[in-house]
Amino acid sequence: MLKVAATTYEALRAHGEETYPHECCGVLLGRSEEGLNAVEAAVRAGNTRTDSAHNRYNIAPQELVKIQRQAREQGWDIVGFYHSHPDHPAQWSTTDLAEAHWLGCSYVITAVAGGAAKQTNSFLLTGSSEEDKALVREEILVESETRLTAEDTEEALRSVPA
Amino acid sequence: MKIHIPTPLRVYTGKQDTVEVAAKTVGDALAQLTSQHPDLKKHLYSEEGKLRSFVNVYLNDEDVRYLPEKETTPVTDADALSIIPSIAGGGTGRPGARASRQLV
Repeated sequence: MLKVAATTYEALRAHGEETYPHECCGVLLGRSEEGLNAVEAAVRAGNTRTDSAHNRYNIAPQELVKIQRQAREQGWDIVGFYHSHPDHPAQWSTTDLAEAHWLGCSYVITAVAGGAAKQTNSFLLTGSSEEDKALVREEILVESETRLTAEDTEEALRSVPA
Repeated sequence: MKIHIPTPLRVYTGKQDTVEVAAKTVGDALAQLTSQHPDLKKHLYSEEGKLRSFVNVYLNDEDVRYLPEKETTPVTDADALSIIPSIAGGGTGRPGARASRQLV
């Protein structure tokens, strides 16, 4: 199961609307427990696949190193990633599976149709190796908060300087 | 020096997120890491003994593949190695085989 605050959930969906018709991408930081990836923050990342950004994403490893360092300083781990599928279903593709290597992490996909975020699904990368890995749909528990403000959304999506 | 282990590989390091080694080069550090934690080896290296294509190794903020001396680059105790599997994907490619069963 993926547990995420409503502000963070809405912020990662909004990211996909902002980058439409290109794919957005980002990293989910938090804590991983037995059967649960609990998200504390979502960090926006740049999509380096500018050659084919409408249907591909890639996060620069150097940016990941910085995000991982940031997570460590907060006492968090990388527990997942998110990206959008512009005008495409919120289902993992063969490309998504082939290029998924973080076993135990959640891969969140938001379908963005005509610039509006639609379905958001999360898939847990299961298995013990590259040979037997699989993306398995998992429940998303969105924790509602008392009030949603623009400031909250801004806080939930903190950019990492390049 | 410290070697930072990404979440998916900690199952092979006894849940440690950081492994300390006393090494003189990047290659030496990686060799000590896989010597201390042998199960890591097949997840980092191909059968030909090369780093798997999706495994990135960073010395501080530099990709080891692009360092002039690559794995023979000298290191000190103050340096840190980060192992970072790549993050990529995208909407094209047919939907996964299980996807049709997973639709809401």
